[in-house]
Amino acid sequence: MQPRTECRFARALCAIWAAHSYKMNSMLPFAMDESAMSSPKINPVSRPTLPSQVVKEDEPALVAAAQAGQIEAFETLVERYERKIFRLTLNITQNREDAEDAMQEAFLKAFEHLSEFQGNSRFYTWLVRIAVNQALMKLRKRRPNQISLDAEVDTGEDTIPREVEDWGPSPEDRYEQTELSGILSEVIAELEPPFRIVFQLRDIEELSTEETAEALGLSVPAVKSRLLRARLKLRQKLTRYFRRSENR
Amino acid sequence: MNCKTLVIELEHYLDEELDASVRASIEEHLLKCKKCRVIVNTTKKTIEIYCNAEPAPLPEETRSRLHDALAKRLRRAHP
Repeated sequence: MQPRTECRFARALCAIWAAHSYKMNSMLPFAMDESAMSSPKINPVSRPTLPSQVVKEDEPALVAAAQAGQIEAFETLVERYERKIFRLTLNITQNREDAEDAMQEAFLKAFEHLSEFQGNSRFYTWLVRIAVNQALMKLRKRRPNQISLDAEVDTGEDTIPREVEDWGPSPEDRYEQTELSGILSEVIAELEPPFRIVFQLRDIEELSTEETAEALGLSVPAVKSRLLRARLKLRQKLTRYFRRSENR
Repeated sequence: MNCKTLVIELEHYLDEELDASVRASIEEHLLKCKKCRVIVNTTKKTIEIYCNAEPAPLPEETRSRLHDALAKRLRRAHP
């Protein structure tokens, strides 16, 4: 297992691309909401503290112990990340059985290749790369047709929503956690895989643009253009649920 | 700065990757353009809502199968 094999990732993505037309749907027209917020000042995106950001004091020691053969140390690392890795493989494969297999294989491969982990990146990032590879292989098996991943993503006029509709009060306050999770899963599942995967790695797992590009065998500009598309499409799709006029 | 340029710069703006002059020009545009304010705010909220969402609980049987498979593999490596 070589986590940095960009070509393999690229081939896997090429495979899943087959089922999807690269011609993007233009944004749906929305009615402009005149009650849009009055303040122009936008604060930076507020993110929680994720394991990917936290260099837990014990992590290098845990990895070193696991590399030295201490099973308990590796088990601790598995327990720390198993839920996130399962979410990752589930979002990529959109199939519970494949997601479980990909997660299992990712942890097994991580263990087998632990000696190759040099500590040049975060352990979590390294693990994410392995899990993405496993999940993409599952997708490729289900969608074996080949098509170029490098088809152009138009970031021109049709990227811009022609009309927009504002959202109402905070979705977290309007929906129960379970209901909200259901909406988020349903909406992200509607994205074509390359957009979904780039969004997943950049905005959910919080890999850097460069790390995402490396993990997927894409160029940095390709990651950026897909991320912009993914964010705008998700925003548009979520508006169905969160718009101000919705009586919640 | 116009709406098209703003959308193209949107991710750099949200990720705070812009220099001060471009940022200032975006914020000047946002003062005048309600549509762009909605786009920027709801896109920002989209990112936040996803990255703040807790992963769903791992089903116990899935977790159990994972740990069984790992235990088997780990025992083989370190009998």
